[in-house]
Amino acid sequence: MMEKVTMLASDTASPASAQANVFKPYLMRIARTTDEAPGVRTFRLEFVDGAEGARFNFRTGQFGLYSAFGAGESTFCIASSPTRKGYIECTFREMGRVTSALADCEVGDFVGFRGPYGNTFPIDEWKGKSLIFVAGGIALPPLRSVIWNCLDRRDWFGDIIVVYGARTVKDLVYKQELEEWDRRQDMKLVVTVDPGGESPDWKGKVGFVPHVVEALAPPSEEAVAVVCGPPIMIKLSLPVLEKLGFVKDAIYTTLENRMKCGLGKCGRCNTGKSYVCKDGPVYTLKELETLPSEY
Amino acid sequence: MSPEYQIGEGSLEALFAAITADGRRIWGPRAAAGCIEIGEIRSAGELARDQVHPISSAKAAAFPRVEKILSYRMDGKDVAIDDPPLPARPTVLFGLRPCEARGFCALGTILNWGTPDRFFNARMERTTVVSIACTRSDEACFCTAVGGGPDHPAGSDLLLHPLAQGGYDVVVLSDKGRALVALAPDRFEPARGAARIALAKIEAEFQAQEITEQLPRLFDHPIWSEQSLRCLGCGACAYVCPTCACFDIQDEADARRGVRLRCWDSCAFRLFTLHASGHNPRETQGQRWRQRVQHKFSYMPERLGVLGCVGCGKCSRACPVDMDFKEHLTEIAKFS
Repeated sequence: MMEKVTMLASDTASPASAQANVFKPYLMRIARTTDEAPGVRTFRLEFVDGAEGARFNFRTGQFGLYSAFGAGESTFCIASSPTRKGYIECTFREMGRVTSALADCEVGDFVGFRGPYGNTFPIDEWKGKSLIFVAGGIALPPLRSVIWNCLDRRDWFGDIIVVYGARTVKDLVYKQELEEWDRRQDMKLVVTVDPGGESPDWKGKVGFVPHVVEALAPPSEEAVAVVCGPPIMIKLSLPVLEKLGFVKDAIYTTLENRMKCGLGKCGRCNTGKSYVCKDGPVYTLKELETLPSEY
Repeated sequence: MSPEYQIGEGSLEALFAAITADGRRIWGPRAAAGCIEIGEIRSAGELARDQVHPISSAKAAAFPRVEKILSYRMDGKDVAIDDPPLPARPTVLFGLRPCEARGFCALGTILNWGTPDRFFNARMERTTVVSIACTRSDEACFCTAVGGGPDHPAGSDLLLHPLAQGGYDVVVLSDKGRALVALAPDRFEPARGAARIALAKIEAEFQAQEITEQLPRLFDHPIWSEQSLRCLGCGACAYVCPTCACFDIQDEADARRGVRLRCWDSCAFRLFTLHASGHNPRETQGQRWRQRVQHKFSYMPERLGVLGCVGCGKCSRACPVDMDFKEHLTEIAKFS
């Protein structure tokens, strides 16, 4: 192991005065808000500086740190698709200080965003395959970016199936988009709520997500499964998918460990030697099985 | 490395005066409230030299406990974001132990991983490290187990060797070290091969490599909960550690203005990894102790190419329940 004998700062390529402040967020304006479910909101954010917005790029699956000025930063995925230019969207649940402050914001208010961070769903590698998305509760937002990305290049893929469940009808997010997906002829949407969570006029399924996937039995040949949800849903869905014939490197998920920096420095998001903010958040089941279950 | 100069005990005060006259602050070990800590010293007389280690770490000179990384102004709905000015005060860290000086190498590697950390780098650019080779050690020391030693040069700009007659041999290790000599050139005489006080013998029953090799297979072992039974999760070990760089980011604001602060944090805290849902990937103190050891001896060597430990033993000395880190590491290294 080589060790630098003298100090580092003088060894870095440029002087500190020429280095960017990696903690400085973009200033964003809230262009639209949508109340998705009790305590769950979606923001559409536009860059205040148009030139910054024009330079900005992200890939599907990446995340960022969102600032409520006066309260702090919180980590969410980018829930919109990179195929939709000029804005990003995030969906969050009101939980703590920052998300409560964000929830108080209205159209026209400023928030901060820094990112994009992390790796991406390799949709280029999925060309020619069928896709099944399995999501639960507030975990549809990270998959929404991928789903729209794939729908916007629909001819790349075979069948597209989305299975989405929540505890109750009220807790389903993106209700308008669910209706839109339901109407589309080029994809299949199955929405389910946990037993007891149905409303009198509920027309979807009643049952837990893993059971619904099992009953649906999507073909696994030349197919990729993308799973995101509460830990228990993921835990019970993975064996079902494997039973259906999905191999471990054709099953993807995205992890959401607590993060502060998003840059691999603050020290908390690692699961074993893998830094979720740098190496993830997207992992195949095959990769996940090489890591300790610190997520 | 052979010394170029020597400096007499009687010349230290003049050197300190020259450093101060150059507009630099001097930080080093000093007596305060019944213990030796690292803080600002204004004269050589204030420099504490009899201790093995001060209780606190000099890392705060380049990586402060709390530092401003952003500020913003709010006026009604309007927000303006400001970059805080770069820290400019030149600093001389005087009288560090070589292990602590070496800690800046690991600290800088973590903070500059992937993207440069302009705040840390700005401070380091203006910091000169003068360390004093160890002629004493105690049972907490284990620098020789982690690739260091009582006169290891890494991280130092000048290295002083205590002489039997008083004063020091001076080894110049960098341009910054040379610039410090140039502040009081008449106080540094050519080295004359004067007799040095013998270096401390620092003994350890393990080598870091043994730990690094053991760790992957010990991940699920009960050794972590056993060793951490006493751990209070107070985080003192992280706060005094020369290489611990984990941090939190928090805002402080009123209705008109706010600052975003980077603050020291610790993997020993439950809140460190707690999810908003209440789920915690590192729920027990054993899991958190495992993270500390794995991070420093396995993840960092593999991902960053440096060990996260310099063997200074400050963690053991600071621990309120006397966890002996050297003993625990020995146990891990010798595990079969």
